Amino acid sequence: MRFLLDGAVVEPGEIAPTTTVLEYLRTVLRRTGTMEGCAEGDCGACTVLVGELQTDCNGIAWRSVNACILFLPMLHGKALLTVESLGKPDALDPLQELMAANGSSQCGFCTPGFVMSLHGRRIGAAGHDLPAVDVLAGNLCRCTGYGPILDAADKLGPVARDDSATVAALRSIEPAETVAGRFGEQRWYVPRTNAALADLLAQHPDARIVAGATDVGLWVTKGLRDLGTVIFIGDIGELRAIEETPAGLTIGAGVRYAQAHAAFVRLHPALGELTRRIGGLQVRNSATIGGNVANGSPIGDGPPALIALGATLTLRGAAGTRSMPIEDYFLDYGKQDLRAGEFVERIYVPRPGPDDIVHISKLSRRFDSDISAVCGAFKLAVRDGRIVSASVAFGGMAATPRRATACEAALTDAPFTLASIERAAAALRTDYAPLSDVRGSADYRLKAAANLLLRLWHEAQGVSASLLALEATDG
Amino acid sequence: MAESDPALAVVAKPSHPHDSARLHVSGAARYIDDEPEPAGMLHLAFGQSSMAHARIAAMDLAAVRKAEGVVAVFRAQDIPGANDVSPVAGDDRLLAAGEVINVGQPVFLVAATSRNAARKAATMGRIDYEPLPMTLTIADARAAASLIEPTQRMARGDATSALTAAPLHLSSGFEIGGQDHFYLEGQIATATPREDGQIHVLSSTQHPSEVQHLIAHMLGLPSSDVTVEVRRMGGAFGGKETQAALFAAAAALVAAKTGRPAKFRADRDDDMAITGKRHEFRVDYEVGFDEVGHILALRLQLASRCGATVDLSPAINDRAMFHADNCYWLPHIEIVSERLKTNTVSATAFRGFGGPQGMLAIERVIDEVAARLGLDPIEVRCANLYGPGRDVTPYGMTVTDNIAPQLIARLRATSGYDARRAAIASFNASSPVLKRGIALTPVKFGISFTTTHLNQAGALVHVYADGSIQINHGGTEMGQGLYIKVAQVVADVFAVPVSRVRITATRTDKVPNTSATAASAGADLNGMAAHRAATAIRDRLTAFLASIRGCEPGDVCFTPEGVAIGAEVLPFDKLCRLAHFGRISLSATGFYATPEIHYDRATHQGRPFYYFAYGAAVTEVAIDTLTGEHKVLGVDILHDVGRSLNPGIDRGQIEGGFVQGQGWLTTEQLVFDDKGRLLTHSPATYKIPTASDRPRRFNIDLWDGENVAPTINRSKAVGEPPLMLAISVFSALTQAVAATAPDTRRLPPLDAPATPEHILRAIAEHCEP
Repeated sequence: MRFLLDGAVVEPGEIAPTTTVLEYLRTVLRRTGTMEGCAEGDCGACTVLVGELQTDCNGIAWRSVNACILFLPMLHGKALLTVESLGKPDALDPLQELMAANGSSQCGFCTPGFVMSLHGRRIGAAGHDLPAVDVLAGNLCRCTGYGPILDAADKLGPVARDDSATVAALRSIEPAETVAGRFGEQRWYVPRTNAALADLLAQHPDARIVAGATDVGLWVTKGLRDLGTVIFIGDIGELRAIEETPAGLTIGAGVRYAQAHAAFVRLHPALGELTRRIGGLQVRNSATIGGNVANGSPIGDGPPALIALGATLTLRGAAGTRSMPIEDYFLDYGKQDLRAGEFVERIYVPRPGPDDIVHISKLSRRFDSDISAVCGAFKLAVRDGRIVSASVAFGGMAATPRRATACEAALTDAPFTLASIERAAAALRTDYAPLSDVRGSADYRLKAAANLLLRLWHEAQGVSASLLALEATDG
Repeated sequence: MAESDPALAVVAKPSHPHDSARLHVSGAARYIDDEPEPAGMLHLAFGQSSMAHARIAAMDLAAVRKAEGVVAVFRAQDIPGANDVSPVAGDDRLLAAGEVINVGQPVFLVAATSRNAARKAATMGRIDYEPLPMTLTIADARAAASLIEPTQRMARGDATSALTAAPLHLSSGFEIGGQDHFYLEGQIATATPREDGQIHVLSSTQHPSEVQHLIAHMLGLPSSDVTVEVRRMGGAFGGKETQAALFAAAAALVAAKTGRPAKFRADRDDDMAITGKRHEFRVDYEVGFDEVGHILALRLQLASRCGATVDLSPAINDRAMFHADNCYWLPHIEIVSERLKTNTVSATAFRGFGGPQGMLAIERVIDEVAARLGLDPIEVRCANLYGPGRDVTPYGMTVTDNIAPQLIARLRATSGYDARRAAIASFNASSPVLKRGIALTPVKFGISFTTTHLNQAGALVHVYADGSIQINHGGTEMGQGLYIKVAQVVADVFAVPVSRVRITATRTDKVPNTSATAASAGADLNGMAAHRAATAIRDRLTAFLASIRGCEPGDVCFTPEGVAIGAEVLPFDKLCRLAHFGRISLSATGFYATPEIHYDRATHQGRPFYYFAYGAAVTEVAIDTLTGEHKVLGVDILHDVGRSLNPGIDRGQIEGGFVQGQGWLTTEQLVFDDKGRLLTHSPATYKIPTASDRPRRFNIDLWDGENVAPTINRSKAVGEPPLMLAISVFSALTQAVAATAPDTRRLPPLDAPATPEHILRAIAEHCEP
């Protein structure tokens, strides 16, 4: 495998496929400016920029990622920028110069990560159009309180980056077909097509599929697990396609959240806002929609929204494809309707109609880059004051993301009134018996889940219920 | 200290950027893990206790020893000297001996050829435990009378009679959660064996001398054979005052036993499970007051969960008592402080060191009195401030530098507090779902270690013959800007640019017997010590120049243009060269001990503090009454740093301290299960503030005044006090919850941290008829 670092091709040779880019940078390349703060993708101290050829092959698409949970083979055929790629202490880049002068660093440990996130924003990396607070949601600083860093972000505009040499260099190392490697007994593959993936899965039915590694990465860095045969699916172009039609949205399983963000906003602003709050930008630049579904987590944020919106999941195996309503995929805790040799290929989400009221709420201790205690999603079709159909799903309320059928029944064919909403809210106690855990008690979950229906009602009445829209009182 | 000394002239100092800023932003600042690894380096991991309290019946480490890459495994009996990594009481073990006292406690130590190999092997130990009764919570420990030291009492007057006599009274209580430091650089140390049994240790520690002494005792060496060095820490906040010793001692043990260099870089989750945190408190109070809100009597019960060992808990809980008056005159007061021993990780120093909990307690009392009287809490605050004739603290110290009344009045005006409070009331009246709240809370924080002997510092200044200057002192750099402040002090003594001063790593072989960099006192102590060292050299240079030019020392003047003597101006480097040829010593040590302070811990009376630092904050918040979510909307701060040594650095401390305090009181929740396991051991579950949590309105002003105490440049300490400005966040949240039932004269029963769950519960209880 090969990748490009500051214009030079790096060939790591035989190396464990679960070696993280961070480990490799720090211990082999001795680039120690990229820091390890948590080794689980939550603090951003290890932020680097990864670039790959755009589909037209004329430019580079850059994205910020957490090097601590990025496996080295995932860099294959791509370009990497680290903080050392920018300025040196005696010849800083303008962003670094400004941050050094304005108090953006105190202990300095998180600083290279912030520099890389903001550098990505300047050079047009994925998510560059987001406000600085969103670009930095995945970078934790414990010293500064963030003010000087945000000031620096506001002061410096975009900068044009000449990527022509990188384009040429990447073209020269771009792989044409599946790349395979071995490390001792362990084998790993980076296929380029769905057909190649299906073939590999037929040969290695126990192989571990890795898409963005934002979950599996932790199995290695925290669980110290051996993944066996690994198939990295991030380079399969077919899996990364988004098709938007008036009827709906078809998303390949390998589409990253950041890539889907704009299309999700167009599908419905509530889905866009939910997406903004899934992980930090570095996580959304790695994590795929398919991965968020495939792993079957009861607290993944994508599934409740996709269920409520009526999404269809398509799986592919050696025998072809099969499709199902997405909720049917989640059988039980840790158990999904996925047969040996199958993989999640795509998800279809129908576009909500003009009569549909869509509401999605994520509740967590912290607004950004947190995991839901409760995530609720609602789609109510309201005609002439009546709810003609209702689709309600929650995450964090059961062993799987699941529909609230009693709640839906209470809503369906009911008048769209506060009384109906309250009845439906009460019915959630029939639907769910949530657990108490580190993110919230069962009581809180039940009460807050019910209140989300009231929030939907208030919003439908035009009552502002968004804290995030508030400003301090003048005076 | 001669106040006529021109170098001590109290002047506005420039905001030099942090000395390492250019290295930070380019990734070139070296932290311990960035140092090149020598050949043969071993990497370490602990096998940890899975039990909160148990006897170790048997330990089978065969699988650990056989695991790939493992070179050596150590147990308590392998330690040659003292199995002790504690600061004071001798009760923190490097490795558990016979018994484990909290989940996560290190039981054995693995040295392997790679970090992953060590971590993997550390999970392979088979330990048979015989469970012992465990005490996990404050309630458990109270029931079991489990204490780390006797309950302490600080009192004045007759609280009992005054409570009875007071026209109004109430009693209530609440809980205050702990806090993980979440320094971005986790605990780390590297130990390298040197010739003749000596050992060199790089440790990310606020207290190199303590690490040195503990390692010496642990290995049976004199302190002179152990050198501990730290150039910078990637954050500390109190979490590397005592907690760093464990990892450094482990590395030193392996280096000494194997003869190979050894590095211990703790994994984040292990770090959070193994190391201590801010103390969790249960606060109960009875308060007597009059119709306008004067507090006439207060009985305050402060119970803290100290964890499994003593650590610094006595001093931390003392500081909670010292700050339970905050800015207020409490004529009849009794503070009872219970220091509870539990089978949880030992609680430790954290920015504020108990002060935040004590201060939050009294501010809560004020809020409750105001609620009962239907008054704006600011009126009750102002009614109780220290003032002439009512200026003695419960510990018998007269408050001679009180600026709280003026500071509060100014902030009240500049923040538009009154108009905003009225506007918020009308917003709330017409907003069914969202409610706003606003609060102003003040801070008065005592500066000095309350353990008097710790208030000392040393410095070493070298001037080289080429005119370059090197400084070293006992203070450590954890991001707070101590190094640049001290460098500025030294540069000013010689009237040279600060760029001429090379700041060097803190090392126990340069300045011995240092105190921890803590208690906000780093610049006060080390700045003055460095000033003395530099002044000693300058005096020699002055005398030398006067002698060779045949004039009086008074005719020599150090200026930015050079050293002036009569009409002649000699460049500084020329003078240094001349002095070297003239056989003048250009190296000096400096020493400083804070004057005037004394404290009798038996009676809890004395003058523990050299002075007080003040501040106040107005915070506006909003809550969602359906979900309990909140948003901090605006903060206005007026803070007293005296005559600042570096206003830019000080502002950074104020803002960063505030946001850290905001996290403590809102999103940062430590959750332990009923087996004593910490469930929030990673940033996935433990949530410090992110950029969007910083309020969009964030105004910081520095109080224009100088320290009445003759500190360096008449500046004031700034590390800890601003954290407590965030008490205004909690108070404002309480006001917002109160707005859900505005006509009740009760304070909502909100516990800290104000998580969505706590806020929703407080709303439910507040709205009950």
